[in-house]
Amino acid sequence: MTSFVTVNGLRAGYGHAEVLFGIDLDITAGQVSTLMGRNGMGKTTTVRCLMGLLKPTAGRITIGHQEMSAAPPYRIAQAGVGLVPEGRHIFPSLSVSENLRATARRTPDGWTEDKVYEAFPRLGHRKRNFGFQLSGGEQQMLAIGRALMTNPKLLILDEATEGLAPIIREEIWAMLGRLKEDNLSILLIDKNLDELARISDRYFVLEKGEIVWKGTAAEFDSQRAHVENFLHL
Amino acid sequence: MMDRSLIVAGCIFGLLLALPILLPVFGAGYLTGLIIKAMLLAIAAISLDLLIGHGGMVSLGHAAFVGVGAYAAAIGLESGIENILVLLLITLAVTGLVALVTGTLALRTSGVYFLMITLAFGQMIYFTLTSLAAYGGDDGLTLWSLATLFGSDVVQNGGGLYYVVLGTLLATWWGIYRLSRARFGRVLRAARDNSERAEVMGFPVRRYRLVAYVIAALIAGVSGLLLVQHAEFVSPALAAWQRSGDLIVVVVLGGLASRNGAILGAFFIVIVEEVLGSFIHEWRLIYGPLLVLLVLFAKGGLSDLFAAKPVRRAAQ
Repeated sequence: MTSFVTVNGLRAGYGHAEVLFGIDLDITAGQVSTLMGRNGMGKTTTVRCLMGLLKPTAGRITIGHQEMSAAPPYRIAQAGVGLVPEGRHIFPSLSVSENLRATARRTPDGWTEDKVYEAFPRLGHRKRNFGFQLSGGEQQMLAIGRALMTNPKLLILDEATEGLAPIIREEIWAMLGRLKEDNLSILLIDKNLDELARISDRYFVLEKGEIVWKGTAAEFDSQRAHVENFLHL
Repeated sequence: MMDRSLIVAGCIFGLLLALPILLPVFGAGYLTGLIIKAMLLAIAAISLDLLIGHGGMVSLGHAAFVGVGAYAAAIGLESGIENILVLLLITLAVTGLVALVTGTLALRTSGVYFLMITLAFGQMIYFTLTSLAAYGGDDGLTLWSLATLFGSDVVQNGGGLYYVVLGTLLATWWGIYRLSRARFGRVLRAARDNSERAEVMGFPVRRYRLVAYVIAALIAGVSGLLLVQHAEFVSPALAAWQRSGDLIVVVVLGGLASRNGAILGAFFIVIVEEVLGSFIHEWRLIYGPLLVLLVLFAKGGLSDLFAAKPVRRAAQ
């Protein structure tokens, strides 16, 4: 198994407040990896560093064999990393269709607008509506669809199911299951351990800016109580 | 279903096309001049709307490009170049170069800082123009010869300048319409909504914005060239920051991200100025409160009067 993203000794923070203290991560191509931890432990900061939105103070990020520690966000996206951010952040003054087309990056047999509507039929019914006219669940589907339209090699989902109605959550988890079957590399940040256990291949637990536990799906199953201790569940 | 903005534009351009036939009834010279003035203002306003309405970049130095375009043409004329196509190339080259340099620096900032840096660049250009003593300095320059099209006066006031300006307005309208519906326009609007997110989606936002900034400046420069042809006079006042403020008023009054709105706003401003000015010397005492009322009670701008659903205007 080859790594698509490798992070070594990543340190980062905001101003004088250091948040990450030397993180090591490797995200394997074609697998679902999960980054877990309580609030404020540095999960979103890690994602911001991976996406080039926060410059690391030390460490090295390699994406697809390219050194990307100081790369701007658009270069990281062009290298094949798609992000579904916490809080969705769709473009409110663009229609559903425009949100998808604005960010599309064509590849042979890749994601198209029609494929997104097949995956999320609700969006197909609302393609002329503006982003701000969508419900929270529809916005989340649009955020996922928009990221898929960039035809990423790695899809990062930061709290993608948080605050959504159970039926929408089910739809999103089912979609993630299909993406896993298609061998898309995925990095998930979520709190729903049962759903994560169903699709994740590898786990990383963050505690106070450090990786305190990592393991495979089998190791997670056998040590779940121990992992839950870190999460205070 | 046909885009409603196309229907409204069709009515506007149809009316503008027919006006020279109707105007002689009312006294052609004065009114034709007034309409040319409004159309030139509309061209500059549409270009500014590309920045403000589509890109979320409020520039207080946009009129400087009108001034640069006007002076490039005027200096070309003074140097003996009379072919309008050559003057157009000079205008585009000079305006584009100035926009590329100022835009590269200005777009390192955003929000109020972008406003201030564009104001600073605008004032630098204004004072540069006032220092051109050989071309009238502060007083400006009256042009004794005007541009021709291979010797023909078709591009002059006595010829077909009205249709040249109308054609330029139509080309500007259509160009920005196509641009706003293309991927470029969608990325620009996405970056206006959330530049960080657009960047994360793989778009070098600053580069997109710089291209929009240069395109807007080029259009403003062309309006400057035509202004010289119409007014037969050029002065640094064209580049003053107050003129940029006037352009912002036109854009906001017409409705953001609306080309039709920019045309309606320009005609509204020109007509109101003329009508009020003909009745009362202190016409700005009425004009000011009138603008305040319009901004307060017609928030979507004049273009919303013709919109099917006002809220949909954002996607034009």
